[in-house]
Amino acid sequence: MSKLALWARRICATGMGLVAANVAAEMKLNLPQPASPLTAEIFDLHMLTTLVATIIMVIVIVLVIVTLYKFRKSNGSEADHNFNSSKFGTWGWILVPVIVLGIDLSIAGPGTKTLKNVETFEEADLTLKIVGSQWKWTYEYLDHDISFVSTLNNEDISSEGYLREVDNQVVLPTNKRIRLLHTATDVLHNWWVPAIAPKKDSIPGYINETWTNIDREGTYYGQCAELCGTRHAYMPIVVKAVSQSEFEQWIASKQQEKVAALAEASANKVWDKGALMARGESVYTRTCAACHQPSGEGLPGIFPALKASPIALGDVAAHLDIVINGKPGTAMAAWSDQLNDLEIAAVITYERNAWGNDVGDVVQPADVKAAR
Amino acid sequence: MTTIAVDHDDHHDHVPTGIKRWLFSTNHKDIGTMYLIFALVMLFLGGGMAMLIRAELFMPGLQLLNPDLYNNLVTNHALIMVFGLVMPAAAGMANWMIPMQIGAPDMALPRLNNMSFWLLPAAAIMLMMSMLAPYFGTGGPVNTGWTLYPPLSIQAGMSMDLAIFTLHIFGISSILASINIVTTILNMRAPGMTLMKMPIFVWAWLMTGFLLILVMPVLAGGVTMLLFDRHFGTSFFDAAGGGDPVLFQHLFWFFGHPEVYVLLLPSIGVLGLIVPTFSRKELFGYKPLVIFMIILTLLGLVVWAHHQYTVGMSLAVTTYFMIGTILISIPIGLMIFNFIFTMWRGSITFETPMLFAIAIIVMFSFAGVTGLMLAVVPADMQYHDTYFVVAHFHYALIPGALFGLYAGVFYWLPKWTGHMYDEKLGKIFFWWTTIGFNLTFFPQHFSGLAGMPRRIIDYSHQFAEFNMISTVGAFVFGLSHILFLYIIIKTVRGGEKAGDMPWEGARTGTPGLEWTLSSPPPFHSFETPPEVK
Repeated sequence: MSKLALWARRICATGMGLVAANVAAEMKLNLPQPASPLTAEIFDLHMLTTLVATIIMVIVIVLVIVTLYKFRKSNGSEADHNFNSSKFGTWGWILVPVIVLGIDLSIAGPGTKTLKNVETFEEADLTLKIVGSQWKWTYEYLDHDISFVSTLNNEDISSEGYLREVDNQVVLPTNKRIRLLHTATDVLHNWWVPAIAPKKDSIPGYINETWTNIDREGTYYGQCAELCGTRHAYMPIVVKAVSQSEFEQWIASKQQEKVAALAEASANKVWDKGALMARGESVYTRTCAACHQPSGEGLPGIFPALKASPIALGDVAAHLDIVINGKPGTAMAAWSDQLNDLEIAAVITYERNAWGNDVGDVVQPADVKAAR
Repeated sequence: MTTIAVDHDDHHDHVPTGIKRWLFSTNHKDIGTMYLIFALVMLFLGGGMAMLIRAELFMPGLQLLNPDLYNNLVTNHALIMVFGLVMPAAAGMANWMIPMQIGAPDMALPRLNNMSFWLLPAAAIMLMMSMLAPYFGTGGPVNTGWTLYPPLSIQAGMSMDLAIFTLHIFGISSILASINIVTTILNMRAPGMTLMKMPIFVWAWLMTGFLLILVMPVLAGGVTMLLFDRHFGTSFFDAAGGGDPVLFQHLFWFFGHPEVYVLLLPSIGVLGLIVPTFSRKELFGYKPLVIFMIILTLLGLVVWAHHQYTVGMSLAVTTYFMIGTILISIPIGLMIFNFIFTMWRGSITFETPMLFAIAIIVMFSFAGVTGLMLAVVPADMQYHDTYFVVAHFHYALIPGALFGLYAGVFYWLPKWTGHMYDEKLGKIFFWWTTIGFNLTFFPQHFSGLAGMPRRIIDYSHQFAEFNMISTVGAFVFGLSHILFLYIIIKTVRGGEKAGDMPWEGARTGTPGLEWTLSSPPPFHSFETPPEVK
């Protein structure tokens, strides 16, 4: 490639970058562009109520301004003490219930119709179960028997995707009716991607249902909308909508990954400490560091430290127990369903030998299997 | 307009002095003053927390606070503003004005009155302890928001228990105050003062009193169940034990929605006096206004679940709550209509209380129409828990409750102190605070629609501009209150002498009994009941 062409490319790239940055910096004023028939219907409803609200406000403001201008004392206006006993003064108030009821009905009609549509649950082509936990989302594709955890992976404030991007995106096919099931393991959460579906709370012990039918390929962003504790602001959602064939490819690759991981974890292989420590660090960063902090020091008064803690330095059985079964009544979740034997073995090994903890022992996947 | 009842207070009064006058007070005016001072202190405390919150949200990234402290501030800001500022301030005005407006010597139950006030500082101290407890190694702070939803509220440390006891004490205080006010209104009216002759402010407080007596015990029950879940092994709200996390939300909002009207109604009552006074013309449609106030009270009791449209209720239940909520626009619409037509064909002047009243009519209407938008369930499933809601309820509660109280302070300060306030400063304060308020909260409608959830300490770059404007506005709004404090202190210390009826417009607008007393009024309001014709 000639030097000239290289420069031309660079300039183009910079220009496009600037345009992209400008578009992103543009202030958004309204609900995001809907990407499904249901959210489109809600968007229209929202525009209708906004219009009605604007008309009412214009009437009120005009009426107030006219009144203040016309009947100000400095204009020589004198109070009309017969006004209240005039016909309008006695019966004028009836106008309000009549007019307001009319406005109400004009909103309640379409509102009820759309609500029915929101709450209509037909046979779906695909069911996605979404489980909220402090502070991550677990996605289960019930028809394909795969599941994965998704957490924030961009905390670089100088980047465009700050607090928006995740390690594992949800991939969904377009033009399929998708059932979304919402629940939570610990506290309330709310999985909200405004472009594709209205929100419903994720509640421990409940399964709530919403649905979507995405009609445009693309990447849609959202985040947790129900206060769920310390890292509530750090639970973003990214949904990637792709064509059916692309979706099938993605499912196939996920299933292969799963088979491979299972084989690796359940093989009665004995791992050496170095390999476990390396894996353990990555599991820890992904699942534990949000609370116990990357330094293992926790947050005083809120999340206990693991560094020099009695559990990390004490009996390995107690350590296995708290990781596998959690600690009821606290934010410490049970990890038995979310991590496999190898991952639990690795993370425990890591916790017992990192940050100056020096127990020295190595936990093998087989030990975890026995402890379950 | 001079008076009848001035001169007979000096002979048989034993006005206690010093600390005893306040600590053991059974006098409705002294207790009213203490309520108002308490509210003013809480205004600065809760406002300071709001400033910290807005400062943190000035731009993306963590600058000042950590997430738990942030969530704790969000919670305490709300609790202080609701239970520490608006309710005590409204109760203070009720204490001062209701006996004077209905022609009574004092409240019906003066010792109860003393107790209901002195519970408040105790509750405030308990709330401060709740804020400080986490720094003594007693677990995490209350980080749930003022709604205290479980299971998150089960996770917090001792801080939560202290917050629960705080709510108990605030609750007892307001139940006692309400019992007192309702009893006073029903039993202590001067001869001839029939219910339908009462000033609209008294009617508003009668409704408020009933609402508080009805719903406060439900909150107390709900948070007590929370306490039991936390410490005594019950599972009212724990699904794993057969309980239901959503049950708490129903209990909370059964209290929480009427609570909104508890905050609004006294200010509507104040407006019902100020608008006629400065329009020099009687209130338009007194009777329908009273009837629709009663309807509002009853409707307010049966629409609570519109705060939780997203919890997954059945279609029929959700539809019911939607229709009920939309219908609230009728009584609210009537209030706005009646206030505007009180001004119509009047002779309007623009003193500070009237400026506030006019601003309230417009801005509260705005909260009304965004409320109408929020009432529609499918749309609410997009707005719920976003800044759109934050903007909506601040428009409802700051103009609807707080500005009404400011208007009341300016309206009655001359009566209470015997001095006119500085009108020029009053007007500066009005414009300063109104512009600051709108600058803070108007942009939040847009950041909410764009997708910014409530109660987040940090946000992505897409919301940066609106948050920056909001924070600037918040500091403009917050700083204006230093002027407010200065005006009050200046008026208390001296100023132009106020007549018995400081507002000449009241003669034709609201010719009430309170104007027949001197300014400041005698220690015991009416020792011989006045005759009302």
